Amino acid sequence: MKTKKKMKNSIRHISERRILFLTFLLLLSCYGCETDDEQTVAMFTTNLVLAEEFDTDGIPNAEVWGYDIGTGPNGDGWGNQELQYYTDRTDNVTVQNGVLLITAKEEPFEGASYTSARLLTKDLFEQRYGRFEARIRLPFGQGIWPAFWMLGADIDENPWPAAGEIDIMEYRGQEPTKILGSVHGPGYSAGAAISKEFNLENDRFDTGFHIFGIEWGPEFVNFYVDDMLYNQITPEDVTGPWVFDKPFFILINVAVGGTFVGAPNEETVFPQTMLIDYVRVYENTNTN
Amino acid sequence: MKNNTYKHLQFILFMSLGITVFYSCERGFSDDVQFATFSNTGDIFTDGPIGLGSDFYFPFMGSKATAASFTDENGFESEVAIRIDVPNADDPEGSFAGAILRIDGSGRDLTGFDALTFYAKASQGVVIGEIGFGQDFLENRFQVTRTNLSLSTQWTKYIIPIPDPSRLIEERGMLWYSAGTDDTDGLGYSFFLDEIRFEKLGTIAQPSPAILNGVDAEQTGFVNIPLELSGLTQTFNTASGENITVIATPAYFDFESTDIEVARVSELGIVSVVGLGQATITGSIGNVAAAGSLALDVTGSFDFAPIPPPRDPDDVISIFSDAYANVPVDFFNGFFTDGFQTTEGGAPPIDVNGDAIINYTMLNFVGIGTFEEVPSIDATEMTTLHIDIKVNENIDPGDFITIELLNSVGTNETSGSVTFNASTFITDEWVGLDIPLDDFGLADRSQIGLLFFISDATISDIFVDNIYYFR
Repeated sequence: MKTKKKMKNSIRHISERRILFLTFLLLLSCYGCETDDEQTVAMFTTNLVLAEEFDTDGIPNAEVWGYDIGTGPNGDGWGNQELQYYTDRTDNVTVQNGVLLITAKEEPFEGASYTSARLLTKDLFEQRYGRFEARIRLPFGQGIWPAFWMLGADIDENPWPAAGEIDIMEYRGQEPTKILGSVHGPGYSAGAAISKEFNLENDRFDTGFHIFGIEWGPEFVNFYVDDMLYNQITPEDVTGPWVFDKPFFILINVAVGGTFVGAPNEETVFPQTMLIDYVRVYENTNTN
Repeated sequence: MKNNTYKHLQFILFMSLGITVFYSCERGFSDDVQFATFSNTGDIFTDGPIGLGSDFYFPFMGSKATAASFTDENGFESEVAIRIDVPNADDPEGSFAGAILRIDGSGRDLTGFDALTFYAKASQGVVIGEIGFGQDFLENRFQVTRTNLSLSTQWTKYIIPIPDPSRLIEERGMLWYSAGTDDTDGLGYSFFLDEIRFEKLGTIAQPSPAILNGVDAEQTGFVNIPLELSGLTQTFNTASGENITVIATPAYFDFESTDIEVARVSELGIVSVVGLGQATITGSIGNVAAAGSLALDVTGSFDFAPIPPPRDPDDVISIFSDAYANVPVDFFNGFFTDGFQTTEGGAPPIDVNGDAIINYTMLNFVGIGTFEEVPSIDATEMTTLHIDIKVNENIDPGDFITIELLNSVGTNETSGSVTFNASTFITDEWVGLDIPLDDFGLADRSQIGLLFFISDATISDIFVDNIYYFR
């Protein structure tokens, strides 16, 4: 199954490569000195079902994006001792020049020392399986904790970790060349999550856009950075029941501090902004 | 159908290429122009020096010239490393180790790199004072310094970021270092360097340059009195998340003045004051604005104290004057830590275009000392104490400055003073005081150890110049 899929991908690659090359040259010749910001990533045969391109300035599309506000239901920094207060103010979340900006600021607000934003598609967009990807330029600095991730859509009835969590990208601002892709479920959550680190060679995540994606199907989640598949997690890898066979929703946020990253220090520069060029979701016509 | 598409694409492609060639983004140079290109080798030392030529090692004056050697005992993943034996502070051949490695021949094109890297370790945990590149004993135009590099006894990779690689089209200064024994009680140690090279790490990012150490300074400027910009640094965030700051020469910066009819900055970071008005100086490296600025308010020319008349050296004991040979002093501001002194300035005196002047600010009292490490002053044969003072603020009727002399500080100490009231001084003008020494009422003035200025904060900002005893 695995081998077959890979074969298929590589055949597609070859046929696409020539077009890509021509497209690239074309772009190069047309735009001369501008950098080429088109990136294409390997994918299985799918339909594009969600394309949030952030082309309209202002508030993100309200039909897709809702917000978590505050410091979490128990006021404990969303269970992680995070230091920010999430708002939906344009100071913290807005669309400008074709990108969604999530900005963590250092400011006293409702008893917190930082503000930021967390967007989620709960009850607005939920899907089982497919390709989920976002093109993002990450912020940097000690204590900055951005993430592009998913939670099981039944979380209200089936509390975490039983609902399941897929972290497509998690990043520590103090480790600007590394991201983590993980799954959490019953018996393998928080520190015991099934996780793998990806280290970008000779580059870093806060200086340019990169695509963070998963390809998710029955009994597998494949983790990508740009066109690099760096991990596959299957039921054999998890130390508990496999809970990734139901709809999930998407979250994007920038946390400040918390157990995963530690607090910011005097060298951390604020504000810090995560730039999201797009969020796209494909469904796999063969598996959905 | 598909083939047709390709052909179409190719046609457009070639058209576009043609357009690119002829109408590229910027005005091109004619074909006759040939840029000289220099070696873009990054390696400096691996199993031996690489491409440095034969005569590349130049020790600093006063350093131990034989401090550096090659060793085959301690290489990092290689046969040979550089060993530097920092001498004891009392070594007659030199009290520290320091040298430059300069290419014997034309320089290298370093524009494709973002950092100098090397592995280092030491015979004990120790902090190396300065290490960097770009020092060539010529103009040192693109010198970079990383200070206080902490070495352990294990091989560790160190990074010295290039403030702006695009400037380094031909660089000969590949490495320099200076290491002493200030932190080791004067006792020598060894350290080792290996795998020294310029690299494109790709992870040197988030530049945050600074001038004046990031401070927004406001200052009075004077026409024709140039100022030198200091505190020039560049900071990068590295892959480990660590911020690394290096000292960068002005040539890495672009400077700007808000009014070049008032002040302008040279490539050497020298601010020339050319007219009256206000101007703010800012800097940038590679289009990234530097933190810090210098706001100048230029209201006129600098008013120097009158130059004292020539005198026979036997008739003068000069404490502070550019006109005479000065005797040594311990300090121009004792910073007495009794909790009462507020006075700043004098440490060191300010340099106004080569003329030294003491500027005391927040003055309540301050002493010039000649009793600790230097001989006390024997003014027995002298008759008069001269001091030029300019008060840089409004003078109120109750203001005063008292001059006090202490003889034989600490043992059988005696003192005497003379007070000048507000009517003696004129705001923003130099006033010359010639005080008969007899007025101090000292029975003995053969061991004068302290000269005090006391205002009790009535007058807080003064310039002082030409302090001398004469007869």
